Amino acid sequence: MSAPVVLRMTAVGRVHGHGAAEVHALRGVDLEVRMGELVAVMGPSGSGKSTLLNLAGGLDTPTSGTVTVGRDDVGSLDAVARARLRRKHVGYVFQDLNLVPALTALENVALPLELDGLSARRARAEATAALATVGLDDLADRFPDDMSGGQAQRVAIARALVGPRRLVLADEPTGALDSVTGEAVMRVLRQRVDAGAAGLLVTHDARHAAWADRIVFLRDGVVVDSTGAAAGPDSLLHRAVRA
Amino acid sequence: MSVRQGFLALLSERPMHGYQLRQEFEARTGGTWPLNIGQAYTTLQRLQRDGLVEPVADDDEGPERFRLTDAGRAEADAWWLSPVERKAPARDELAIKLALAVTVRPDGHGVDVRAVIQHQRTESLRALRDYTLLKRDAADDPDGLAWSLVLDSLIFAAEAEVRWLDHVESIVAQAAGTRPAPAPAKVPTKISAAPRATASRGERR
Repeated sequence: MSAPVVLRMTAVGRVHGHGAAEVHALRGVDLEVRMGELVAVMGPSGSGKSTLLNLAGGLDTPTSGTVTVGRDDVGSLDAVARARLRRKHVGYVFQDLNLVPALTALENVALPLELDGLSARRARAEATAALATVGLDDLADRFPDDMSGGQAQRVAIARALVGPRRLVLADEPTGALDSVTGEAVMRVLRQRVDAGAAGLLVTHDARHAAWADRIVFLRDGVVVDSTGAAAGPDSLLHRAVRA
Repeated sequence: MSVRQGFLALLSERPMHGYQLRQEFEARTGGTWPLNIGQAYTTLQRLQRDGLVEPVADDDEGPERFRLTDAGRAEADAWWLSPVERKAPARDELAIKLALAVTVRPDGHGVDVRAVIQHQRTESLRALRDYTLLKRDAADDPDGLAWSLVLDSLIFAAEAEVRWLDHVESIVAQAAGTRPAPAPAKVPTKISAAPRATASRGERR
């Protein structure tokens, strides 16, 4: 039995402007991300990657087709309900400026839980556990400015998936990091998704996109290609050794 | 590189016999270079003939072990610091295919170079994803460092290919902007039509 679908986009289109100024940012996009699955989106600038991510996170609504997060049809929700969906079910990791500089790592991770209505004490306890999942429980009292870029991104991943959140949207999360640190961040993102979340990753970096189960290629708002899911381990080994 | 240099490097640690050398060689290169035992013994014989290794004297136990001579040690040391020669560019099937794609006009129409590039990029990304999947597993293996480095070399090579394809695509798009656009699509854009180029490219490497 396959894992439940967390994010489903069906025949999604997004048009900006009207008449002669009409721009089709996305056209007929179908995409599914299941629990435990990380999907990467690649494509040149202006291909619709950001629009796709905004639609997936309920920051924007499609002009045609449907976007479903969990059981909620994003397009049918009003602005307040969408804000609530974003806050309760979706976590974001951006290239930088993810964390509130005036809060410690622990407070940053606890913040969404406190907004959920948890007591400060329970929020801190859950945030401590979340920091441990990204291997940073010893940096709980550190402020963002006193962390390395890689550590800050791992805190951002912990926060994105804290509490009931099961969908993480990552926009160039490794953009400002060196090769080894970027890889460490991808490894953490991958582990968190494996542990029970769905992830949608936008990146320019093929090596980081390669951490995904599938890589989808966008051009001019259309999905032009996809790697498909990975083959079995035997054939992988076979190919790597023969290469 | 040859097996010969690999053996000299291994023997700089300690004396070994042929079977041990073969095992160590395979283990430390992540199993990417399988040797048969005949190859191992032939290599040892040649190293002995060239005065680079010698049998360990008064070695009672088990099969005959070999150690480096002074000349052998000098060659082993020198090897680490001599850069690997980049060979004259091989006839790269992909580069040639793209060179032809931008010039050939089958039935008087231009080839859809974008589609050619896209199919190739998907294939390269698929390989990249698969190597990365293997690397994830290698990290959990305490002896995985050697294997993981071998995989990294495949990963960076595949990444370079993807970047090169992106570059070619931009160049071709620019060129198309300054010239009349070719008539479209000689190559189908369906995903299912993607050529499975892995096997032939694998043999080339």
